[in-house]
Amino acid sequence: MVLKLSNFENKKAVITEDNKNITYSEILFNCDELVKHIKKRCLVLLLSSNTIGSLVGYIGFLNNNIVPLMLDSKIDNSLLQKFLYLYKPDYIYLPSEITEKFTNLKNIYSNLNYSLLKTDYNSGFELNDELALLLTTSGSTGSPKLVRQSYNNIKANTESIVEFLKINETEITITTLPMSYTYGLSVINSHLYAGATIVLTEKTLMHKEFWQQFKINGVTSFAGVPYIYEMLAKLRFFGMKLPSLKTMTQAGGKLSFELHKKFAEWAENNKKKFIVMYGQTEATARMSYLPHQRSLQKCGSIGIAIPGGKFYLADSKGNKITSDETVGELVYEGDNVSLGYAESGLDLCKADEMNKRLFTGDLAKFDKDGYYYIVGRKKRFLKIFGNRINLDETEELIRSSFSGIQCVCGGIDDLMYIFITDDSKKEKILKFIAEKTGLNQTAFRIKTIEQIPKNESGKTLYSELSKYYDKV
Amino acid sequence: MTNLEKYTNVFAEIFGISEKQIEKLKYQDIKQWDSVGHMTLIAKLEETFDIMMDTEDIIGLSSFEKGKEIMAKYGIEIK
Repeated sequence: MVLKLSNFENKKAVITEDNKNITYSEILFNCDELVKHIKKRCLVLLLSSNTIGSLVGYIGFLNNNIVPLMLDSKIDNSLLQKFLYLYKPDYIYLPSEITEKFTNLKNIYSNLNYSLLKTDYNSGFELNDELALLLTTSGSTGSPKLVRQSYNNIKANTESIVEFLKINETEITITTLPMSYTYGLSVINSHLYAGATIVLTEKTLMHKEFWQQFKINGVTSFAGVPYIYEMLAKLRFFGMKLPSLKTMTQAGGKLSFELHKKFAEWAENNKKKFIVMYGQTEATARMSYLPHQRSLQKCGSIGIAIPGGKFYLADSKGNKITSDETVGELVYEGDNVSLGYAESGLDLCKADEMNKRLFTGDLAKFDKDGYYYIVGRKKRFLKIFGNRINLDETEELIRSSFSGIQCVCGGIDDLMYIFITDDSKKEKILKFIAEKTGLNQTAFRIKTIEQIPKNESGKTLYSELSKYYDKV
Repeated sequence: MTNLEKYTNVFAEIFGISEKQIEKLKYQDIKQWDSVGHMTLIAKLEETFDIMMDTEDIIGLSSFEKGKEIMAKYGIEIK
């Protein structure tokens, strides 16, 4: 059992949106009722939301040797079909209100507004014994690539998070991120592991009800990706009265230096903790944290490796860098490094391919005190609202759907530029890409240019693109 | 341009939808009006009418109609 909830019995585990309290034993009871309907270890596609039905599914499957493949319940339908086809899960567990998407499948159990449907697949693919969970690399790109996480990965990372964030039974957190997103899921894992309470809500920061729930329940901590902190700043967060709040964590991309400083200062002046972290789905969730006492002094840093983990920097030849202020690829070692990727169901039988070492693809340096700073990226991707979006894959996606189109992608975090040469396709591409990625269309700016900058051998000159970016 | 036209244009431009759809529009009715779209909307309204909204009003602006009431608080009559 990965998440031993039985220790906490009558303690309040969850507060729902309609203010119902649910204890740890009630969750376990509902998990047992659900998994009774699944006879053996198999793959279940879980369409998640921040609701009790979704949570019971996740815990029930994880603790009973059933492997959930988690996707957001609002996923684009054609992408969902692709996942079904590629991974052939035995069951689909989803919000009851969207079961009509699958009228041809038999509904075998419904509870807590979630339903379990039997697919036509039976053990479509062999599952490796260590495989516990499948998550997308980014939360919501158009790619069907998954990260394979093991039982040991989840246990190791959860224990470490509970230790460095000092989460205990008195904590009350509120959901701000999707359950299918590695950072959101790690908040859930770590709080349940510690016997704390989670306010489950589908409401966002922009809902009055979110802040009502926050205040009524005396929430002590929340998590946020950079755009959530940007929103908070615009919401005049620094003037809000939130006496119960003790801890704010940040991950999912680099917060601007200014905002890091602002939140760190506010936290210090108001006796709160502001903790910046760094992670990837490939490392289950978290790899580093910046201790809150250092948040101002080391502003802009991702901190030090989490308990049980180790960082080092590799130069272009793969040798370890030993001097400070020298840039190299950030490499992480620890028990939370996942087993590897899956591109289809055929990969689910694979054993560990990473050997507990992750080349992060991020370029970093460390200072004389051993604090790490991300300075760039090896690969071409952007972080958009906390999701990693690969620029080459996006180009490919557009090219394959709009025949004959010339298209290259660039940009900065939270704003992707898509350059095309045919102005008439502008609006269609914008709609298409927002739909495929599930991201708000304001994250994309389509620009028409005379021609795509290329060198003599026909290679795109990506460095030339930045001159077309709008001035901020 | 009247204030109503300006106000309607902001919604049309940010969410890329027609005027017909806009009148009954509520937060999260359409994909474009999620929390990210909401922040963009608020920024554009503040810029268009040269105002600075309070937290309560930012999170209170839950529909096209409700927004008109909120604008009135800042002395902007949407007519």
